[in-house]
Amino acid sequence: MEATSHRFKDNVHEALGDANLQASLAKIRSGFVPKRAAAAAALPEFETLRDQARDIKNHVLGHLDIYLERFAEAVEARGGKVHWAETAADARRIILDLARAGNARTITKSKSMVTEEIALNDALEKAGIEPIETDLGEYIIQLAKEPPSHIIAPAIHKTKEQVAELFLRHHGRYGKTERLTEPTDMVREAREVLRQKYLDADVGITGANFLVAETGSIILVTNEGNADLTLSLPKRHIVLAGIEKLVPTLEDASTMLRVLARSATGQEFSSYTTLVTGPKREGDLDGPEEFHVVLLDNGRSGMVGTEFQDMLRCIRCGACMNHCPVYGTVGGHAYGWVYPGPMGAVLTPALIGVEEAGHLPNASTFCGRCEQVCPVRIPLPRMMRAWRTREFERHLSPASQRWGLGVWAWFAKRPRAYRLVARTAAALLGRMGRSQGRLKRLPLAGGWTRVRDMPAPEGRSFVAAWKADGRPTEAPGAATARRHRGSAKEQGR
Amino acid sequence: MNTPTETAGKPARARAPATVGLFATCLVDLFRPSVGFATAKLLEEAGCRVVVPDSQTCCGQPAFNSGDRADARAIAREVIATFEPFDYVVVPSGSCGGMISHHYPELLRDDPDWGPRARRLAAKTYELMAFLVDVRGLEGVKAKLDATVTYHDSCSGLRELGVKAQPRKLLGTVEGLTLNELPGAEECCGFGGTFCVKYPEISGRMVSNKVADIRATNADLLLAGDMGCLLNMAGRLKREGSTIQVRHVAEVLADMTDTAAIGDTAAGAGRR
Ligand code: SF4
Repeated sequence: MEATSHRFKDNVHEALGDANLQASLAKIRSGFVPKRAAAAAALPEFETLRDQARDIKNHVLGHLDIYLERFAEAVEARGGKVHWAETAADARRIILDLARAGNARTITKSKSMVTEEIALNDALEKAGIEPIETDLGEYIIQLAKEPPSHIIAPAIHKTKEQVAELFLRHHGRYGKTERLTEPTDMVREAREVLRQKYLDADVGITGANFLVAETGSIILVTNEGNADLTLSLPKRHIVLAGIEKLVPTLEDASTMLRVLARSATGQEFSSYTTLVTGPKREGDLDGPEEFHVVLLDNGRSGMVGTEFQDMLRCIRCGACMNHCPVYGTVGGHAYGWVYPGPMGAVLTPALIGVEEAGHLPNASTFCGRCEQVCPVRIPLPRMMRAWRTREFERHLSPASQRWGLGVWAWFAKRPRAYRLVARTAAALLGRMGRSQGRLKRLPLAGGWTRVRDMPAPEGRSFVAAWKADGRPTEAPGAATARRHRGSAKEQGR
Repeated sequence: MNTPTETAGKPARARAPATVGLFATCLVDLFRPSVGFATAKLLEEAGCRVVVPDSQTCCGQPAFNSGDRADARAIAREVIATFEPFDYVVVPSGSCGGMISHHYPELLRDDPDWGPRARRLAAKTYELMAFLVDVRGLEGVKAKLDATVTYHDSCSGLRELGVKAQPRKLLGTVEGLTLNELPGAEECCGFGGTFCVKYPEISGRMVSNKVADIRATNADLLLAGDMGCLLNMAGRLKREGSTIQVRHVAEVLADMTDTAAIGDTAAGAGRR
């Protein structure tokens, strides 16, 4: 998928003007948010589970090499094959080779967000292979030729009418020519169309919610059951998963599953939870003959041991974006790559570079709601701040901003100069706004006054007024404080 | 965190006299001195001796949130040196309170001298509402205001410092006051420090959504505990021509509502 994160502001502008999108975003606020809250409230041990989920992931990330090896051994011991992909290009090549070796003409796909990360569909199409998304939301946006806008509800930005229109346009060749109005009818029609695709496909590609080191199993959760058909009907099953998806044991996986669905959709458990361990064995009635797992690094191992390691705990539940006021205002496409919302604001710069995605960690108010709901307690604001620090240190932030900040910091470090300026500014602005109580336009503050007035200052500085009243400005024992301050100066750079 | 550092086994809710360093925040200092005076009055009524050190400037948040660690550290050291002589530091802002009590220790973690000093200061720094109720055990205030108000929970106070019940408890004791809860009170208003000027389009949409919720409460006065959010919401309300007044919650609790509301003129001030 081609990244447009550097055009964030343009993307935002477009998103804000899209009435359909805005209506869809309101559904997240009224749907996912209260559902998660109810699910969390209904489970007294939810907070303890979150701690456990965090600890499990931290443990794995601390011993990633060991668990990866163990997982690979377990997969191969059960007749599967593991492939290591260091980059997106490696992963594409591996998957194309596997598809060609299976003489694939069509490939069904499910739970395949990470295939967006490696732009797999494009590569398949160029090789003359037709990829078919089977998750209803993914299917819809595939028809629309759009990237997903949400990680668990990829087509949340589409209205019912837009979906009906897409189906009308694309389903004619299957003899479906009626314009549908009811969502249930649309689901039925999509199901009928997809049914044949499952049967025709030569290869099925899925992602994985978890990889279990102990058994070499992959775990998939869906609400549509499409993953099961994708992986069991074709002859070859290819799994593409990031290396951070590991958990040590089945027991650990069950802990993760308990927080995942509650955080994502407010369900206790998703409708389908599928464990796959190796290919079909002798005597098995169904299942693929070949089972391949492609383990994707693509920048992940580079995050281990850095201030961004915690991000690798992410289980892609989407809770952070559902609760993010910025995501809720602009939607997923504005973020310009696979991963939107707060998780994308941290992950995207790590995977495609902060030069490309520098806007994302900046476009946050640090309201902290994402961290409050993250089931694995990822300190998302702290990591966005860490990106800003890197940008600042590498002089990537805009010059005007750096200049303004520098001037301000110069004064903030010099109380006497600061006091003088604060007093003058309060008086000046106070006078400018006196007649109205507010300023409609303010030099150098266009970003503010374009959308709101600037309430006028009362006209004097609080500290100056307090002092002028003769009220206390020095602590008892101030002499000691001054001595300490002396040492502050020496050490302060 | 935020356990008071009074040692010698003194309970947190003791009403022993305490010397409080009032950190007014740069926005109160520059835009709204009346919040500083209201804060001082509330603290004095709660039995504290209030000192306003004149070497205070700003908590350093703009630098910290913009990735400028060196300046943020330098400012943090200034604030620590200025405020460490006090029994408590009280801030009429959850955002600046959170900066001192959460982020200073992180910022200076690896500094052998300033790290411990930052932690000690953090432990005795409080947002005003939390201090009055949780530390001083205040049950109510002597204030009167005939108004229907609504209250916005500013993000940092809410999530970093757990300020939620305290202002409501105190507002409940203001004679004549009715509180209409704001739908989505925990949703960000779109201020976010430099965010509002760096991304005005997003910020503008967020604040106009917020203002729509505020108007739907039919309140005639909007309250919150953070000047940043208040300036943002007041600025948008005024731009839309709304007559809803805006004040810092401390002004109401201190019974100091004679001044013009935020963004209003003296002529239109005071009683409705
Ligand atoms: S960062 Fe946390 S809340 Fe966001 S998707 Fe990942 S696990 Fe879920």
